[in-house]
Amino acid sequence: MNTTIEAKHRIQREESAGYDHKIIDYIHRASATGLYEIRGLGAKRKVPHFDDLVFLGASMSRYPLEGYREKCVTRTVLGTRYAKKPVELAIPITIAGMSFGSLSANVKEALGRAASDTGTSTTTGDGGMTPEERQSSKTLVYQCLPSRYGFNPDDVRKADAIEMVIGQGAKPGGGGMLLGQKINPRVASMRVLPEGVDQRSACRHPDWTGPDDLAIKIKELREITDWEIPIYVKIGATRTFHDVKLAVHSGADVIVLDGMQGGTAATQSVFIEHVGIPTLGALRQAVDALEDLNMKDEVQLIVSGGIRTGADVAKALAMGADAVSIGQGMLVALGCNSDTYIQNGAHHSAAEGYEKIGTAAGFCHHCHTGLCPVGVTTQDRELEQRLDPEVGARRARNYLRTLNMELTTIARACGKQNVHHLEREDLVALSVEAAAMARVPLAGTDWTPGANGDL
Amino acid sequence: MEGVVNVAPEAKNRLTFDLAAQPLRELNRFLHHDLAGTGVTHVDVINPDGTHNIAVGVDAPVRIDVDGHAGYYCAGMNKLAQVNVNGNVGPGVAEGMVSGTVHVKGFASVSAGAAAHGGLLVIEKDASLRCGISMKGIDIVVGGSVGDFSAFMAQAGRLVICGDAGDALGDSLYEAVIYVRGKVASFGADAHEEPMSDADFAAVEELLARARIKHDPKQFRRVASKRELYHWNADADQEY
Repeated sequence: MNTTIEAKHRIQREESAGYDHKIIDYIHRASATGLYEIRGLGAKRKVPHFDDLVFLGASMSRYPLEGYREKCVTRTVLGTRYAKKPVELAIPITIAGMSFGSLSANVKEALGRAASDTGTSTTTGDGGMTPEERQSSKTLVYQCLPSRYGFNPDDVRKADAIEMVIGQGAKPGGGGMLLGQKINPRVASMRVLPEGVDQRSACRHPDWTGPDDLAIKIKELREITDWEIPIYVKIGATRTFHDVKLAVHSGADVIVLDGMQGGTAATQSVFIEHVGIPTLGALRQAVDALEDLNMKDEVQLIVSGGIRTGADVAKALAMGADAVSIGQGMLVALGCNSDTYIQNGAHHSAAEGYEKIGTAAGFCHHCHTGLCPVGVTTQDRELEQRLDPEVGARRARNYLRTLNMELTTIARACGKQNVHHLEREDLVALSVEAAAMARVPLAGTDWTPGANGDL
Repeated sequence: MEGVVNVAPEAKNRLTFDLAAQPLRELNRFLHHDLAGTGVTHVDVINPDGTHNIAVGVDAPVRIDVDGHAGYYCAGMNKLAQVNVNGNVGPGVAEGMVSGTVHVKGFASVSAGAAAHGGLLVIEKDASLRCGISMKGIDIVVGGSVGDFSAFMAQAGRLVICGDAGDALGDSLYEAVIYVRGKVASFGADAHEEPMSDADFAAVEELLARARIKHDPKQFRRVASKRELYHWNADADQEY
């Protein structure tokens, strides 16, 4: 009798696969507001990723290096194709473009200091270059975005490289977005916008259309900078094989490829989750395109979008990237989604701040509100104090160092004296999907889906 | 003084670059690095023949006369220089300009004055699509007509159109102001006509005088933002 009741009870509460709680919540919210949801960070759905790959390591046929004592080179040079002064980095891990406006000036300064201390580069964003970040960053990449907010010749001449941004992984085909609460007087004046306006950046460049125009635009930037600094081209991962070839045709020194797990400060969630392809599959396409053009060592490749750990860095390099770029991971290092923030040498609970915006540490994606409880993605005068640039710089530096140590640990285990010697042959996949995207064999088999025309 | 030819003895402050004989790099390098200290105040560029990127990134109060047609991005990101083009220009003339003057005798292709911060751009004849796109403080005077999507997402500055405007004029305008004398094919999202004030008439008069183009300011109408798209609004029906 009881079992029957329980069975009935369960049947009457059977969840639908098509209309599960997530979808029902989505429709209820949509019908209540009449507007799509906007949020920060990257895709939350599970996609094939570097987690689905493992290294084979050295054994009988490969000779490993001692973990601490033997040399393992991490030096990375970007922009060797045309620039008189290529970017030289101590590690192959760079800090991704994030705007002053989405981030506070303190955060930009902290990232700059951490990058300088670890011998790597940091990048401006859709809002121009702040004196704080120029001063604190030894190597600063200056983005040229469709909006051209804060893009001016004085800062072009101060840049160590220019990154022409075509798109970003979180929203290929979309422009930036910064809601009014973050457009304070300083942000507004740098972007020449009215204070408090809900800003939607352009999604197309104002003065060029297509790869042939881009080639001329890149030459303009080279003429302005007297052919001294590298020009990067950043693309969001979509038709990556063709896009990379076109970027090479346009004269890029360096290609920055951002996969769909890449973050954003504010975008429609439908855009974040449903446009663009995972970093893993895109990276393989990009490397194929460079190899196809015989440009593998002439044009460097930076990959971003879901690089979190030293293992991710090692796998990206083994797949054929020359360097990686990290955005969200850097923010988490600074305290994003932490229970506490550090002020005057002590931890303080941020719980109330998360509650105020209806979330909790570990789930927060409310960068768009400007009410970041840990002072990272805010322009609020009080909240931004929660991130001391010195503390932030230390944490970001520790994170970068940890990643680099993990990277060299793996490289040595695979018998490489230089992290750039990691190769696809060192990798196998744990899932059929990852094997197909990365085109490496499924672990323990000699089967690579799609290889030799095998479908 | 590499790359310098035809130095007329009577004008030691004047130099000529012949782009039929000298690479563009020599001209731009001279303008960026060697100009200061030479006493040169006037540079002539002959045989431009549609060359792209002529006199880009100049940061000096020098006069540059281009005798012929220029290609893409002529005088791009200009500061201080006075650039005159005795011909037509390709896309993106004076893009990103900060200060100075760029004066085009002929026609301009797409995206004239794109995203420029300041200075004055004059086009005596027509300008094509997207004239003044994303402008951030520049003043533009077009003697003829402009194509579709002119002043698209224009943020600040003034665009004076002595002829007609194409479709979607001033789409997604911010605080830039457009003065138009002829017909407007259609307004873009959030743009509309507003009454001219005395300050507007004075502004048009001053800009026409600086552009050396003669019209009666009374014939111009003001186009500006309705400011209805400045904030998210659930009832806006996705007009974004």
